[in-house]
Amino acid sequence: MTTKLLEVNNLKQYFPIKGGVFGRTVNHVKAVDDVSFYVNEGETLSIVGESGCGKSTTGRAVLRLDEPTNGNIQFNGENLLDLNKKEMRKKRKDMQIIFQDPYASINPRQTVRQVLEEAMAIQDAVPKSERVDKMMELLDTVGLGSHQLDRFPHEFSGGQRQRVGIARALAVDPTFIICDESVSALDVSIQAQVLNLLKNLQQQYNLTYLFIAHDLGVVRHISDRVAVMYLGKIVEIGEKKEIFDNPKHPYTKSLLSAIPVPDPSHKQERIVLKGDVPSPIDPPSGCRFHTRCPFATDKCRDEKPELRKTETMTGTHEAACHYIEDIEAGRHKAAE
Amino acid sequence: MSNDADVLQIQDLQTSFFVDDGEVKAVDGVSLDIPKGKTVGIVGESGSGKSITSMSVMRLIRNPGRIKGGSIHYNGEDLLQKTEKQMQKIRGNKISMIFQEPMTSLNPVYTIGQQISEVIQIHQGLSKKDALSKSVEMLELVGIPSPKDRVKQYPHELSGGMRQRVMIAIALACNPELLIADEPTTALDVTIQAQILDLINELRRSLGMSVILITHDLGVVAETCDYVAVMYAGKVVEYADVHTLFKEPKHPYTVGLMNSLPRHDMDQDELNVIEGNVPKPGEMPEGCRFAPRCPFASDICTNELPDLMETEDGNQVRCWIYSEKWDGDPEVNVKNDYQTARSQ
Ligand SMILES: Nc1ncnc2c1ncn2[C@@H]1O[C@H](COP(=O)(O)OP(=O)(O)OP(=O)(O)O)[C@@H](O)[C@H]1O
Ligand SMILES: Nc1ncnc2c1ncn2[C@@H]1O[C@H](COP(=O)(O)OP(=O)(O)O)[C@@H](O)[C@H]1O
Ligand code: SF4
Ligand code: SF4
Ligand SMILES: [Mg+2]
Ligand SMILES: [Mg+2]
Repeated sequence: MTTKLLEVNNLKQYFPIKGGVFGRTVNHVKAVDDVSFYVNEGETLSIVGESGCGKSTTGRAVLRLDEPTNGNIQFNGENLLDLNKKEMRKKRKDMQIIFQDPYASINPRQTVRQVLEEAMAIQDAVPKSERVDKMMELLDTVGLGSHQLDRFPHEFSGGQRQRVGIARALAVDPTFIICDESVSALDVSIQAQVLNLLKNLQQQYNLTYLFIAHDLGVVRHISDRVAVMYLGKIVEIGEKKEIFDNPKHPYTKSLLSAIPVPDPSHKQERIVLKGDVPSPIDPPSGCRFHTRCPFATDKCRDEKPELRKTETMTGTHEAACHYIEDIEAGRHKAAE
Repeated sequence: MSNDADVLQIQDLQTSFFVDDGEVKAVDGVSLDIPKGKTVGIVGESGSGKSITSMSVMRLIRNPGRIKGGSIHYNGEDLLQKTEKQMQKIRGNKISMIFQEPMTSLNPVYTIGQQISEVIQIHQGLSKKDALSKSVEMLELVGIPSPKDRVKQYPHELSGGMRQRVMIAIALACNPELLIADEPTTALDVTIQAQILDLINELRRSLGMSVILITHDLGVVAETCDYVAVMYAGKVVEYADVHTLFKEPKHPYTVGLMNSLPRHDMDQDELNVIEGNVPKPGEMPEGCRFAPRCPFASDICTNELPDLMETEDGNQVRCWIYSEKWDGDPEVNVKNDYQTARSQ
């Protein structure tokens, strides 16, 4: 039986842009614009997409680090947006986040002991008398070794610092962790160590992850399901295997084809996208991808495609494109 | 190793930083040849000395850093013997460089046109007007739409991908013989990265340049390079043509690096990590620098530093396994045995 631990519906996050002499709101950055997804207990859902597409904003809204403009966020059957500040703070015991930059997210003047002590104290998660034992255990769990308890962050390497971040998140026994580019800043050999650790911890503690990343190799490795975002919207979502081996949305296909493969004998057909990602302040009409999509027609400029499933898609796989079937059957071809 | 077909020959380059705690040997005896018209990749983890190697070629090392020794022959002449004045004629003209961070390398208070024109005026002695029209041409060459309008814009008005194109336009403005690109796409999204790499490839072919491409992305290397140098802790540990490097990697570090890479085009149960961390500058192991992390390390490895040795296929590797003095398992095959050796 799978249960949905987190369910997000119609999430919108608009940031006001102030302007003019009076500092009035003149426009909005539509960072996340009507996004729905769920994460099952014990699984990893990854959100991928280019920089600025709204991945981090989605994660922050789920934790209410920013107040969402609109939407519904159910966690463990409870609507998070109904909670007051105090209740929400309590909830964060179950919901933790690990950031990209292990340097910026840890106070440089605190030892590992102080960092962990503080995390436990805020949530009152562990009785005082048991805290030191718990800290030692945590350090062993994340592979730092309990002898490192009284060290400062600058005495650690990037990978070790990220382990401190993980230990801090685990200190309050969460059930759900958002990893926002948690391994992106690490070198490959260290990244592999941290990825393996995250995977082992998930099995050991039945953790649920919302994993935010732009590296699709990392995502394939860690995920059960994957959501692809473009300009504030989910354009394709489904089981990992479907997204990587049976992608349907032209954006997902071009994203996958753009990744260089570490094998010089591999010659891939690359779909090179023209231009840059448009601004989320004034996103393109209809399908937001139409300004870069090689298959775009007038219909794409006028009509918003909804997420839907076709006959050649399995599981929970859905994509938002008007021409999935026609492109597949070769009836609709890319423009030159 | 000298060869007429090389545009650049780096011999035993040593560059150090003299800081409070002592000497940081950022580049410690690097030798590397760059064949004419080819792309040579330099890969390695953060701090392995990739950038300092290329800054040394450009003679851009500043205090507390110093090039301590070695030679860098460019078309037969040692760049390390040149005066600063002579170097200024070479820099940006014969040898150009694109840096990791496009925003910090462009001057925010000048327009794109002014910045490209300046380089052209200095090196080619064109008039202001001619230099500006050449700038427009350059922007067109690197695929920036409506270049006539873009020359009037400031760096912050362009996207990251466009800024990197501008950097390439500046670097190519004087038809350099050698382009050094230090992580030219690391800060960019993959779809933009694909555009920039295609551009560099295309320009190399049409202009007949040589390219040194610094990256930590093995995928980028596989797709764009002819030859690859793998660096670890200030030294080249393997140098090979790209096909051999990926098919038959010889150095344990190269194999470890390839094994730790999560692939988007295949499933892997567990990533095969390299244990431990890169050694800190002040704590360099005496023998082979990879020994503390190497699953094959034997007695000789911890005592003596191996040289960069020529292998049967004409490539190079810095590892005792390939020498007569090897005192470990004589039958060892690094690529095939890496996993088993690791788990022991
Ligand atoms: N100004 C400096 N003062 C002291 N040490 C320095 C300085 N610049 C570089 N180093 C040291 O030199 C070594 C090599 O640095 P380098 O910048 O070449 O690494 P890199 O391989 O380019 O890494 P990255 O992948 O992070 O760009 C590192 O140990 C670094 O800390
Ligand atoms: N606090 C904020 N105020 C205004 N705009 C913001 C804010 N946070 C994010 N944005 C904008 O929202 C968009 C999505 O950002 P983000 O979610 O950080 O993207 P990413 O997918 O790279 O994580 C971007 O255009 C970004 O500039
Ligand atoms: S709806 Fe149109 S523009 Fe959007 S992805 Fe499909 S074909 Fe491209
Ligand atoms: S010399 Fe020894 S320690 Fe160094 S890479 Fe070779 S086997 Fe490993
Ligand atoms: Mg982000
Ligand atoms: Mg560098």
